[in-house]
This record gives sequence, structure tokens and C-alpha cells, in this order.
Amino acid sequence: MNAPVIKVEDVHKRFHSLEVLKGINLTVAGGEVVVIMGPSGSGKSTFLRCLNHLEKIDGGRIEINGHFIGYRQGAGGKLIEESDRKVARQRAEIGMVFQRFNLFPHMTVIENVMEAPVLVKGIPRDVARQRAKDLLEQVGLPEKAGVYPARLSGGQQQRVAIARALAMDPKVMLFDEPTSALDPELVGEVLDTMKILATSGMTMVCVTHEVGFAREVADRAVLMDGGVVVEEGEPEAFFTAPQHSRTKQFLSKIL
Amino acid sequence: MGTAAMTPLLGVYLDFDSQFFFKILFSTSYIWPAILVVEITLVAQTAGIILGFPLALGRMSRNPLFKLPVDFYLWIFRGTPLILQILFIYDGTAEIFNNPVILYPITRNAVVAGTLALALNEAAYMTEIIRAGLQAVDPGQVDAAKALGMTRWQALRRVVIPQALRIIVPPTFNEYINMSKNTSLLVVMGGVVELVATAQAFYSANFRVFEALGVAAIWYLIITTGLGQVQSMIEKRFGERQDVVPVERSSFVRRVILGGLGRR
Repeated sequence: MNAPVIKVEDVHKRFHSLEVLKGINLTVAGGEVVVIMGPSGSGKSTFLRCLNHLEKIDGGRIEINGHFIGYRQGAGGKLIEESDRKVARQRAEIGMVFQRFNLFPHMTVIENVMEAPVLVKGIPRDVARQRAKDLLEQVGLPEKAGVYPARLSGGQQQRVAIARALAMDPKVMLFDEPTSALDPELVGEVLDTMKILATSGMTMVCVTHEVGFAREVADRAVLMDGGVVVEEGEPEAFFTAPQHSRTKQFLSKIL
Repeated sequence: MGTAAMTPLLGVYLDFDSQFFFKILFSTSYIWPAILVVEITLVAQTAGIILGFPLALGRMSRNPLFKLPVDFYLWIFRGTPLILQILFIYDGTAEIFNNPVILYPITRNAVVAGTLALALNEAAYMTEIIRAGLQAVDPGQVDAAKALGMTRWQALRRVVIPQALRIIVPPTFNEYINMSKNTSLLVVMGGVVELVATAQAFYSANFRVFEALGVAAIWYLIITTGLGQVQSMIEKRFGERQDVVPVERSSFVRRVILGGLGRR
């Protein structure tokens, strides 16, 4: 097994009085694909958003590529939040794909893909444009470069969103229910794109309920419920012989 | 009375001096004030827009050090009459500071003082228009920008503001039209030869009140209609949006009222 790329230790998160993450531990090795499942409200999306510091955490630590995310340790092990600029630099190495795509509606497809490399990394426009074209080719949408996102189907938008994230050459990709907002017939094209990415050796953490994807591609499946990791294991064992009663209960509803 | 013919109308005699009216209608006596009104409108409104952006960011800030001063500013400028603010800035500052030379550009120049007062007042209203525009942008857009490694400022500049402008531009043009009418309040300072002051100067000489005010009204209509034309031109251009799929247009009545009936 490769060296761990993501190390999560005892992460706590609360929204006011509601504790949504009650001590999450998770280690993801380089090139590993981890699928996180769980009922709604179990904290899985919040957890994913903590991984790139879109949400602050109230306790524990998150380490990606050897860097603490969002915080540094002060005297006595106290966590101090990093500056906006520092956090931004950390996020640049972590790609994220959202349930609602979140493409920039005022930019064409290729501008969406080029924007961050040019603005954040200072890559020359023509170099970024060529790279964006290659990525659109990769996700199967080379002919949509000059089109605005509103003209694309949900599946096409999500594939552009994946290309946009990849344009930053991230070391890790986070997927937050990437197919939940799609019409059923469009789910396949997005999952296919994700499968290609997984087999290329990308480290991926996916919150999804796509059991087929999990069984075929994931190295590990994780069940979250009530703000904790209930069970984790190899997908085959996880789906056919779950150990925990809550896992059985959850799987009986989605299988 | 007067030289005009007395025409009986419903038992009332209409005494309208059309000769005088048409003599002054397009005279330089009104053209120059009209140009001044347009100039003050453009400068004061544009300054109000520019001031409104940082104020809107301050109002949205979670840091009370930024938020509270802006809240206080809005409370003062939206909670008191504009005419009072004009007098405060022109006469009030002169009195309270003993009118030092450094304040002469304001206290001895009614046009500058008036434009400043209009701009400061407008900034308070623009703050709310801009804030509403910025807050109408989907928060998911900021998430996406941040996830790509943009700083908060980069996300604001490249992602939020361009989308907010589409929402901000139409009401801002209405503000230009309102501003052109609000310039008439500068008459209280007595030093700005705008359209109302011009009308007053005419009728205090010959008591042709209706005619003199009528010409001023016509000039305001020319200015507001002109600004309205610019507004619809800009809105048409903004209307050709690329970021939404065009839908078939039908009238509001047809869509909402008849459409609802048809579905029964």
C-alpha cells in the first residue's frame, strides 16, 4: 500500500449546538479510491467540505500531502487558523466536484477550465488554453469549449466541472454526490469519467450512493451515520457481508 | 391680466402666457441649467456607485469594526431628509469649523457642496442595491472558486462581482433618473443655478409662475426620458444573456393568470 495522502484524526465539527461530526478518523493512501455512504444528515458532505477547509473544524486534525489543512499548531498543540492566502494555496492542490456542478455561468466552458490555472497559478493563457482543450477532450466534450454552461445538460456540466478541477493538477479529488442532481440517464457518463480518473491512479474520496461505482472502482467503502464512521471495509465485503447492524439497515434501503 | 387672450373654460378663466412660455422654453436661460443638472447627476450618481461598493462589503462583513460604522452611516443618511443633509454640508460645516480656508471649496461653492451631499446620500442607497446584488449570487459559486484555490478577494473579483453586476445594473439606472430629479433640492442653498432656481428667478420678476415652472418640468422630462433611453439600451444589451437558456416569452398575464386557469 502507498503512503497515506490523507490523514484525518478525531475531527469534530459543530453548527451552533448541533454536533455533526463526532470524531472522524480516516486514512487514505495515495491512489486509493474511497467511497463514503450514509443516510442524509450523517455528516458526510460536511466531512468532505472540511477536507479542503470549506468548513472550519472544531477539533482534531486533517493532514493532506503532509500539510495540516486550514490550521497550524501553535504553542501547546493549539490549532490556529491559517490566513486566507495560505488556505487558498492548500486548496489549489485539492480538487472538488459539487453536487450542483457550480460552473461559472458568465464564462464559457473553456474559460471555466482555464480560469484558476491562469489566475491562481499564473500559467500563461495559451498554455492554459491548450491544457483545457486536452482536458475537455479527456472528458469527451471537445466541441463544447466555446459554449456557456447553461447550454449543457447536467451530465455535460458535471464533466466540465471535473475537467475544471483537474486543470489545477490536484493531488486529491473530492466528489460531493456528483451524480445526485442528474437525470438517471446522465449518471453513466459522469461515472465513466470518474472511473477513468480512478484507474489513472488519482486519489479520490467520493460521497455517493452509486453502489455499482463503489463495487467496481472503490478500494474501500465507508459508512457514516450520526457523525461517526460506523463501518469501513473492502467494497465486496462491505456490500455482501456488512458487520454492523446500521450498515445492514442502510444497505437494505439502497440495494 | 397679461397680454394673452382670456379664454373662458368651465367658468374659469385660463390665463396662460404662451408667448412667454415659448420664448423661454429653449432659451439659454434654461439650457445651461439643464446641462448643469445633467453634469451634477452624472458626477454625484457615479460617485455614489463607487462609494457604494466598499460600503456594501463593509455591511456584509462579519467584523463589527467594518460593519458597525457602515450601519451607522446608512442609518444617518437614509433616516434624515436629503434637503437637511445638503444644508448640513453647505452651511453646517462652515459654521461648526469656523469656515477655514481649507473648506472653501465646499463651503463657498454650492455646486461642489451640493454634488457632495447628493453623492454621500446616494452612496447609502447604492450600498443596499450592491449588497442585494452580491448576496443574490449562489453561495455555491464561492465554494467552487475557493475549491479551485482562489483567495476570497479573487473569488469576489472574478466570480461574484461579474454575476452581481447583472442584478445591480437595472436598479442603478433608476437611481440615475431619481438623482436627476433630486438635484432640484440644491435650490435650498441659493447658489446653484439649476432648473428650479431658474424658474423661480423668472417668476419672481413677472409672476408667470405656471409658465416658468412648466418649462422647468419639460426640461426634467427631456432629461429623464433621455436617461430612460440609455437605460433601455443597456438593459437590451444585458438582456442578451449567454448564461441562461432562452425561454419562450409570453406576457405576465398570460403566464400567471391565464396559465393558472388553463391548467384546471
